[in-house]
Amino acid sequence: MSGSRRLLIIGGIALAVWGMGYGLWYAVFAEHQALDSIGASLAGSFAAAADRNPIVMETSLEQYREAKYVYDRQVDVHGHWIGLAMLLIVLGIGFERVNFPERFRQFLAQGLLVGAVVFPLGVLLQTFSHGPLPRAIAIAGSGFVIVSLLGSAVGVVARGSSPSAAD
Amino acid sequence: MPSSRTLTRDSLITESELAGFAAMSARRLFLLGGIALILTGMIFGDIFAVFTLHQNAAQVGANLAAAANAALAGNRHVVLANFQNVGAFLENRGTKVDTHVHMIDFGYLALLLAILQPWVAFAETLKKKFAWVFLAGAWLLPIGVYLIHYVGLAHSPVKTIGWASIAADFGGLLVLVATFGCLVGLWMHFGGKRIRPTDKLLGDRSTEGRMLFAGGLALVLLGFFHGAYYAGAHLYKHEAQDYSLLAQMSAGAAAGARPVVNDALTSYGQLQGAKAVNIAAHAHSVEFGLLAIMLAFFQPYVKLRTTWKRRWAAVLLLGSLLLPVCVLLEIKYGLIAGGMADFSGLLIIFALLAMWIGILRYTGELDASMANTPNSGDSQ
Repeated sequence: MSGSRRLLIIGGIALAVWGMGYGLWYAVFAEHQALDSIGASLAGSFAAAADRNPIVMETSLEQYREAKYVYDRQVDVHGHWIGLAMLLIVLGIGFERVNFPERFRQFLAQGLLVGAVVFPLGVLLQTFSHGPLPRAIAIAGSGFVIVSLLGSAVGVVARGSSPSAAD
Repeated sequence: MPSSRTLTRDSLITESELAGFAAMSARRLFLLGGIALILTGMIFGDIFAVFTLHQNAAQVGANLAAAANAALAGNRHVVLANFQNVGAFLENRGTKVDTHVHMIDFGYLALLLAILQPWVAFAETLKKKFAWVFLAGAWLLPIGVYLIHYVGLAHSPVKTIGWASIAADFGGLLVLVATFGCLVGLWMHFGGKRIRPTDKLLGDRSTEGRMLFAGGLALVLLGFFHGAYYAGAHLYKHEAQDYSLLAQMSAGAAAGARPVVNDALTSYGQLQGAKAVNIAAHAHSVEFGLLAIMLAFFQPYVKLRTTWKRRWAAVLLLGSLLLPVCVLLEIKYGLIAGGMADFSGLLIIFALLAMWIGILRYTGELDASMANTPNSGDSQ
């Protein structure tokens, strides 16, 4: 098995295990609390509106905004880590169809793996900081994935002889 | 060493093929079970989209409007009652979506495990056990999740979760155990100095296989481009709008301004629709791309005429492209685009069903040739 295939398959499996572990931790220890917080703060703001209490209304809405912002990203991180892991494994299995020299395939595989790890990590970091750095990390990660995948797609369409993939 | 061949009606089948895809072998169980899971999940998704999704969204919207109107009237009890209703409708919707998503994702995982079986360094009997355990869990979890809304806490031994949740969790555990077992087998293969397994399946370069692989990659890329565009151009704007419209609603209610509340409610409904279609288009494009790539590997097992194999591959790719596009167009063209999206889903279901039947025909041929081979029972 070539190095690029091995990197994608083993990297993908490791990332899938990591993503599932993260999802399990989140489901057990954080998700229900987050959903309760979202529901309660939104209902609280409307109840405060009924009571004509603007201060509680605004505080509750702010709580809703922050809880929703964090929840959406936590779920996205879990889904993207596992989804990208599956893509790495599937691509790894068929990576011999990418008609480029092994050295360039290794480069593409590294780009895919780095992007698949870094992109959701950047999204996760956004839950700790609303500043530009986490967003830049997420954008860089997604850029790595897209460019490497584009390169792989070009390699699949390109004419050339690739070694047997049967092993 | 050249493998011996068994003559069947219209093809030659090698013994290595028989061994790799024998009756009730782990790979066959994962493959046929995986496609069955995906098919069931997609049919369920289509039925859910037509008969439940929009009605449920309307109920959520109506209850939110009722809560806003109650706030306008200064009645906090009705506000809270309506938010409880919203929670119940969202739970109903959530369990249906989870059923659909888990069935399809477990199907994908089964296909992946089917491909990886030659690298799982365990005896076939153990691999078969893992496959059965996986399939049992993969059916149990979505069925359990579906029943959560209807069973509730009836006769439950636990105060917070009902029997349906317990069954679903047990299903998840079975899937985890089986997947972990396969991973250990893979680890043993990569860690040890084992003989490299030969798998003709991965060496296939047929036209239909290449169509599906390249088309699948293109779909994944399209999904990524759309996801990146949505994140860059709309995500933060939509999040800000979500907050500002809710603030408008509650502030309008507190001030007794009914037109402000009504405007905000209308805009909020449209915003939720825009978010939903963008996320669905992104997710479906990537998922169908992955499905096409995985099906590309199994084309040698599809026992159909070459022209029909290519046609079904084209139908699958066409449906996979049309569905996310039509979902996106739902915002502008409403039910017409929604109907087209449902039709595209049907195209994918038909193509998948045709490939599944083709694989069943192949298994029949293999089993018949096995039965005609002397001492064939020893190989199992």
